[in-house]
Amino acid sequence: MKNNYYISSYCHIKNNSVWLDGNDVYQDSSETFSEFIKNLYRAENTKYAKFFKMDNLSKLAFMAADILLKNENLNTSTDNDIALVFSNKAASLDTDRKHQTSIQDKLDYYPSPAVFVYTLPNICLGEISIKYKLFSENSFFIFDSFNADHLFNYSNSLLDLNKSEAVLSGWVDFDDTNYEAFLYLVSKTGDTIHNKQNIITLYNG
Amino acid sequence: MNKTYVSYNNIISSLGFDSETVVQNIHNEISGLKLIDNKTFLPESFYSALINTEDLENAFQKLKPNQDYTRLEKMMITALQKVITKSGIELNKRVGLIISTTKGNIDALDENNPFSKERAYLDELGKSIKTFFNFENDAIIVSNACVSGVLAVAIAKRFILQDVYDHVFIVSGDVVSEFILSGFNSFQALSNEPCKPYDKNRTGINIGEVAASALVTNNNTNLAEEAVEILGESSCNDANHISGPSRTGEGLYRSIQSAIKQAKIRPSEIDFISAHGTATMFNDEMEAIAINRSNIQSVPLNSLKGYFGHTLGASGLLETIIGMHSLKNNVLYSSKGFETLGVSKPLNIIKQTTKPTKPLQTFLKTASGFGGCNTAIIYKTLT
Repeated sequence: MKNNYYISSYCHIKNNSVWLDGNDVYQDSSETFSEFIKNLYRAENTKYAKFFKMDNLSKLAFMAADILLKNENLNTSTDNDIALVFSNKAASLDTDRKHQTSIQDKLDYYPSPAVFVYTLPNICLGEISIKYKLFSENSFFIFDSFNADHLFNYSNSLLDLNKSEAVLSGWVDFDDTNYEAFLYLVSKTGDTIHNKQNIITLYNG
Repeated sequence: MNKTYVSYNNIISSLGFDSETVVQNIHNEISGLKLIDNKTFLPESFYSALINTEDLENAFQKLKPNQDYTRLEKMMITALQKVITKSGIELNKRVGLIISTTKGNIDALDENNPFSKERAYLDELGKSIKTFFNFENDAIIVSNACVSGVLAVAIAKRFILQDVYDHVFIVSGDVVSEFILSGFNSFQALSNEPCKPYDKNRTGINIGEVAASALVTNNNTNLAEEAVEILGESSCNDANHISGPSRTGEGLYRSIQSAIKQAKIRPSEIDFISAHGTATMFNDEMEAIAINRSNIQSVPLNSLKGYFGHTLGASGLLETIIGMHSLKNNVLYSSKGFETLGVSKPLNIIKQTTKPTKPLQTFLKTASGFGGCNTAIIYKTLT
């Protein structure tokens, strides 16, 4: 590693609650994820019509990224040089199961392009790139659990190679009724040193 | 100066079970695409390049497996086995494993599939491959749509430059499944004839299946004869649309520019382009725009989709391997299915397999996919 990098901001969404940089941002008592994420979208005054077409994984990733990035005061009329390095366990299985249901019964066969397009985990990276004009590196990795070591090394490599000015990295998983998003921004300024231990501490926080 | 190389490689496909046989078939302009009538896959017949199941079983059983493996795992293990053996590398802490796939064992979700639905989790696929060969490190799984196979090479290089690994084995693959075919069919993207990338009569894609494997290493001794150096790589998003390619080819154009810059070469030094060329109207047009914006439209170019169909998570690595053999053999392989230019900007499509006028040294590999992702890598011979 050539330089020191910092975790300048982080966001966590799980169990009907949202934290930004460790502070409570939002929580409610919704019965379902779809109800919770819609309420969060309204509470955040997001105003982005494409949101309603997204699948669950994209909605989760989009809201976590949006809550974190809108605090960065980015200019979205121009490019923003932030790479996206996301990971999870269930890939796009939540939507994969919906597509499988639509083709399982030959007498009730209804595959849909609007569902099928979301059967790739990296689609949520595309959604975030569109909103924030990120013409930058995108990578989606799959692990059996949160892998700080891998994210740390890969974010460093992108910054060391000058592939981007900053990296939005983390874990976004949606599986059946379980969901969790933990995203953090690695940049060249900040107070928290970007190292494996700090990533784990913030993730467990 | 840290250099990284792509070295030993292997291909399991409809055109053969090792890279040399596959390349020989491409040299002879033989396609693996056939008309398939299989109602469990799709109500209507379709063109695809499928791996012969009996041949796969025979090749796989020689490796003496002691448990049940899925079709994709058999393809991947058979592909990777030869690469590990040829390299002679001991699988210790300094050796990584990257798996690139779009859908992995997605067929396990089907009610009629003998494997449990849990098998569809991609980390299960990773464990299965890791355990077969006793890799010390867990598999890193890349699932980034149709750029996965190219991106895997860039990721391998980056981990080597970060001094995490000295060697990385990549294995890439996807199977032809009802899941995938029904989805592309719902997009009306499937062609009912062998695909014709960049041709004015192109009518869409064919889906095929392949497992490809290659070694990425920092060790310049004991390299394969066809080994190449990775000069530059880049990946850029279109930031435009999740399923439609950019009308300006923005992400691909930026990827090519950034790869050229990192490679420290002039665009005129690129000897040929191994492009993506899926044969959909929009993809091929987008590529033509990005290639013209990069001012490399006169460089000889092919798409290999006319031989294998689109092999999804494997396609980028498969086409990289064929490109390496193209340099070694000093032959430009034809872009099968192409007759008359059907994009709005000029491209120098290779119509017939030919010997070039000067020795081939450098090639550009590109790929683009859903989610607006694009990747470009520039490779150079070592001789």
